[in-house]
Amino acid sequence: MKNTTERILMCGNEAMAEAAILAGCDAYFGYPITPQNEISAYMAHRMPEEGRVFIQSESELAAINMVFGASATGKRALTSSSSPGISLMQEGMSYLAGAELPAVVINVMRGGPGLGNISPAQGDYFQATRGGGHGDYKTIVFGPSSVQEMADCMPLAFDLADQYRMTAIILADGVLGQMMEPLTLEPKRRRELPPKDWALTGRNGREQNIVRSLWLGDGVLEKFNEKLQAKYREVQEKEVRCEEYRVEDAEIIVVAYGIVARITRAAVDQAREEGIPIGMIRPITLWPYPSQQISRAAEEFRIFLTLEMSSGQMLEDVKLAVAGQAPVLFYGRMGGGLPTVDEVLGKIRELTLSKK
Amino acid sequence: MIMKTVFKRTPVLKDCPTHYCPGCGHGIAHRLLAEVIDELGIQDRAIGIAPVGCAVLAYNYLDVDMIEVAHGRAPAVATGMKRCNPDKIVFSYQGDGDLAAIGTAEIIHAAHRAEQLTVVFINNAVFGMTGGQMAPTTVLGQVTATTPGGRQANGQGYPLQVSELLALLPGATYVERCALSSVPRIRQAKAAIKHAFELQMQGAEGLSLVEILSPCPTYWRMSPSDAMTWIEDHMSKVFPIGRLKG
Repeated sequence: MKNTTERILMCGNEAMAEAAILAGCDAYFGYPITPQNEISAYMAHRMPEEGRVFIQSESELAAINMVFGASATGKRALTSSSSPGISLMQEGMSYLAGAELPAVVINVMRGGPGLGNISPAQGDYFQATRGGGHGDYKTIVFGPSSVQEMADCMPLAFDLADQYRMTAIILADGVLGQMMEPLTLEPKRRRELPPKDWALTGRNGREQNIVRSLWLGDGVLEKFNEKLQAKYREVQEKEVRCEEYRVEDAEIIVVAYGIVARITRAAVDQAREEGIPIGMIRPITLWPYPSQQISRAAEEFRIFLTLEMSSGQMLEDVKLAVAGQAPVLFYGRMGGGLPTVDEVLGKIRELTLSKK
Repeated sequence: MIMKTVFKRTPVLKDCPTHYCPGCGHGIAHRLLAEVIDELGIQDRAIGIAPVGCAVLAYNYLDVDMIEVAHGRAPAVATGMKRCNPDKIVFSYQGDGDLAAIGTAEIIHAAHRAEQLTVVFINNAVFGMTGGQMAPTTVLGQVTATTPGGRQANGQGYPLQVSELLALLPGATYVERCALSSVPRIRQAKAAIKHAFELQMQGAEGLSLVEILSPCPTYWRMSPSDAMTWIEDHMSKVFPIGRLKG
């Protein structure tokens, strides 16, 4: 697969891999885990073809630390895994935040907790959007809902990671990773990005560069944390992405992301045919969260329904945004359970009945 | 009177006061590393990795590009750096807790993959920074914060000879154990470090590792001179000094 503007058929995992290559990913490191193995298999043949780095690491701990090393030298580095493996990477992700290194991490979520299963799930929402590892930090989180959007996230993830010197996560799930859809892949122009003058490239005449996350001395670490938080506020102001679908005259707003949003879209269309005034707000960035969009909607609309493949994790963000202005209801499946369109439609009908 | 300089600060060492304890081996090891980097003319293309442990602040002394990494993960970080930058000279500086306990998987697999890296492994038989707890390299009978009755094989295990383990791997090109317990030993340690860097500069396939038996008088609860004697009389019996491979 080379640069093309033709419509092609790919599974989500491969689409993300090829999009990463088009986005200038210099190095990929990964450890096998289902349901994302197509990514490393794809990278194993494509990265060497491009003269770039591919390593199958001995663990997810090693993979994220290889990312750490590659990124510290100014390279664009990627790793991918699924839920249990992402848990192992949390140490490295905290260090990436502390050292302000850019990185892109793909999590093709599966059912948990523990070894769980290999079915699609959204149970890692808290882990992804709340930092995940130790310390006060954030990562940029994308929740794409189609193969095309998974591919489109990649160049943006690399750009935002470089621009803000932080980790960007693509939070997908087992269905999105495995399903095949037509898409177009084209190289995107990079944003104007700041020079990586902090990178470890050998001193070469300049002053020594040090990449670190240890800040001893009275108040030094607090100052550094304030700098991090200021950066996160800037991301919250500038980088929120979300889609509003048929919300104009809606009395019911469903909030869903990823594959659940995909299912919801079909349910919304059917409900509209039945005359139910319903729409959807679909966060594309899960952090920064589209709180303002939801808050605005809460001023006008009456009922919110949050749908997730978890026990209700994003639900907390919806409630925080709605801030008591409207009722927020929830329907969720767990442990790899995937709601059907009929199931979602049933919940919507129940809601309209209870309203009457 | 004619004045002649017989000893001066090597240019790769920064001019700053030390934070290490009196009699600590890190100062000597840093000096050797700095001299080697200077003599090989690689200050401008070396990238160093500081461990978690007493040497976490190694970048305060060594004037090369450096990174501080999570405990034990240096060989993985080094792998990411070197594979993306084959023209750079990448080295890690790791203690026995870092390399032989929490980072065992990373060092074994970096060697297993035959990564072109230089590793300086400081073995002082304790966890220094956290208060002198038992390390995998603590010798039998040695009293530490977590082996108050002396390390017993039954329950606390035998001292781990990581260098011997690594020397078994085809991907490890050069493994040598040195010590800082006397001037001739220090000279030999410098020669070993230099060789380990030269191999990487020549593009030799595989990992080069120099283990250095280094004194920790503070947590061995000895005078600096007794600590040097203890290396010769006890530690080197468990960890024989010499070239293991290459």
